Amino acid sequence: MRIKSSIGSRIFDSFNVIGLCLFSVLIMLPVVNVVSASFSSEQALTKSRVSFWPVDFHYGNYEAVMENSVFWNAFLVTICVVVMGTLTNLVLTVSAAYPLSRRFLRGRKPILMGILFTMIFQAPLIPTYLLIKNLNLMDSIWALFVPMACGAFNVMLCMTFLRVNVPEELLEAAKVDGMSEYGIVAKIVVPLSMPIIMTLMLFSAVSLWNNYMLALLYITEARLRPLQLYLYQLISQGNMMEYADVIDTATSSSPIGIQMATVVISTLPIVVVYPFIQKHFIKGALLGSIKE
Amino acid sequence: MKKTKVFNEAASLQHNARGLSNWTYFKRNHALYVLLAPAVLYFLIFKYIPMVGLVFAFQDYNIFDGVFASEWVGFKWFEQFFTMPQSRRVLGNTLIINLYQLFFTFPAPIILACLLNELRHVIFKRIVQTVAYLPHFFSWTIIYGIAFMLLSTKGVVNQAVIGMGGEAIPFLQKPELFRSIIISSQMWKETGWSAIIFLAALSGISPSLYEAAQIDGAGRWQQFMNITLPGLMPAIMIVFLLNIGNIMDLGFEHIWVFLNPLTYATGDVLETFTYRVGIGQGMYSFTTAIGLFKSLIGLIMVVLANTMSKRLTGESIY
Repeated sequence: MRIKSSIGSRIFDSFNVIGLCLFSVLIMLPVVNVVSASFSSEQALTKSRVSFWPVDFHYGNYEAVMENSVFWNAFLVTICVVVMGTLTNLVLTVSAAYPLSRRFLRGRKPILMGILFTMIFQAPLIPTYLLIKNLNLMDSIWALFVPMACGAFNVMLCMTFLRVNVPEELLEAAKVDGMSEYGIVAKIVVPLSMPIIMTLMLFSAVSLWNNYMLALLYITEARLRPLQLYLYQLISQGNMMEYADVIDTATSSSPIGIQMATVVISTLPIVVVYPFIQKHFIKGALLGSIKE
Repeated sequence: MKKTKVFNEAASLQHNARGLSNWTYFKRNHALYVLLAPAVLYFLIFKYIPMVGLVFAFQDYNIFDGVFASEWVGFKWFEQFFTMPQSRRVLGNTLIINLYQLFFTFPAPIILACLLNELRHVIFKRIVQTVAYLPHFFSWTIIYGIAFMLLSTKGVVNQAVIGMGGEAIPFLQKPELFRSIIISSQMWKETGWSAIIFLAALSGISPSLYEAAQIDGAGRWQQFMNITLPGLMPAIMIVFLLNIGNIMDLGFEHIWVFLNPLTYATGDVLETFTYRVGIGQGMYSFTTAIGLFKSLIGLIMVVLANTMSKRLTGESIY
């Protein structure tokens, strides 16, 4: 539609493109730096010669991480937590959202209010911590996903979606045909709400994958340590006991190289999946801003 | 045969009739309540029982006596918190880091969205977006790892510092740099992702407004000031108020992974203090009192923000 563009406008365009290029580079450089370090030798790292390209390229750090059973155990724990936690979350959220989306449901209002209230007023850390302790969930895999198994916000999102996308007439017709409520959920509600289920699933999976607070609070046993707590102890606490042999024997692996290789491997699953699921996430981020 | 079918239809449609007694209603629709039960139980156990635990704040709670036998102490813990020298530091850090976020982290995605909106090259725009959204999916431990590499004494930033004739700086151990590092890492992680909501608001502005402005001879700057910015205002307002509502929360995982004893002076906030003293030293009642204080302020701020939002934009947050 633009007929002619003034010089000022064209200057702005060039600066805008340059600025946004710089911005993207600024986002990517730290990542490139980490990847470079993970492929660099101990000598290069300790003499601070590594910037944005591997120096003395080698795989030693990755080999060390690959052979480390402690790391893989943490990886496995996280995968278990993500799978179990996401499933629990979906079942709880959808099965609560469906009845709450039916306007005629008696008692709907107080129940909904009770759920939504937890969004604006949260019980403090200590009572929750003592509850988990009293339920004997300390040092169990349950402690890693049960405290975040269902969120008021998700229930509300899902409920709103069902209201807009599942026509009341369809549900009535199914009832007339003698379908039970469970049948309706399985054959109508779930298939029709696939988009929101996908979004909820992805958000839940990512937040479970990335969470280390629950493990910090509730896990003391090494065998139940999830990946993020392992990373926290490895990098923030500098706890590298299991690598003592690797680092002592004059290989080219170094503590920081191994730390960075661990960072890269732990991020890989997200980076690999990210391009394919980006649009679901964006849809989800926008869903949050739509209300009843 | 036909008659019974009609009758059945009428009966099944009656499941939502108003005249039914509660019991008949419940019998006909029990399946809906069965579906609802797990989530209701979940919220009762994991969200509401801890709220009952708020009474710890007024007790001298210890694990052996339990809730019922522990001694009642009134407002002792609140008094203790507000009179101890550390409380000023912790509250101060919480507020200062939050204000920094309001000044720096909050406007960044708005600016990014506006700049992206002015791009005409669709593919370039998509590449920038893809890159900018990526860090949102990294955990704070990963981001700490990245910062650790970048800012270590052998890292790139210190190579530059030494290159310019300076001495290597242990960035992550410097209390005076802690808040800047927190804010920059926050911006690096979330600026792109937070821009999504503003981009959506921008794409909701009708193109006919721009066409009309062009016909009237408005330049791009004028179009920005008179169409884009006003069109963006409701979204800016809502996000701003949401931020105000969360003024007490900084994100425990973010602060904690960067925090170390050397940086407590500038970085110890309510959430990390509660964790250190509550779990680390077992001072359950004392930290429950702090937590209650924090939750109450949070509640007041959310309600205030919501009232303001209703008055200013006609929209409520919840």
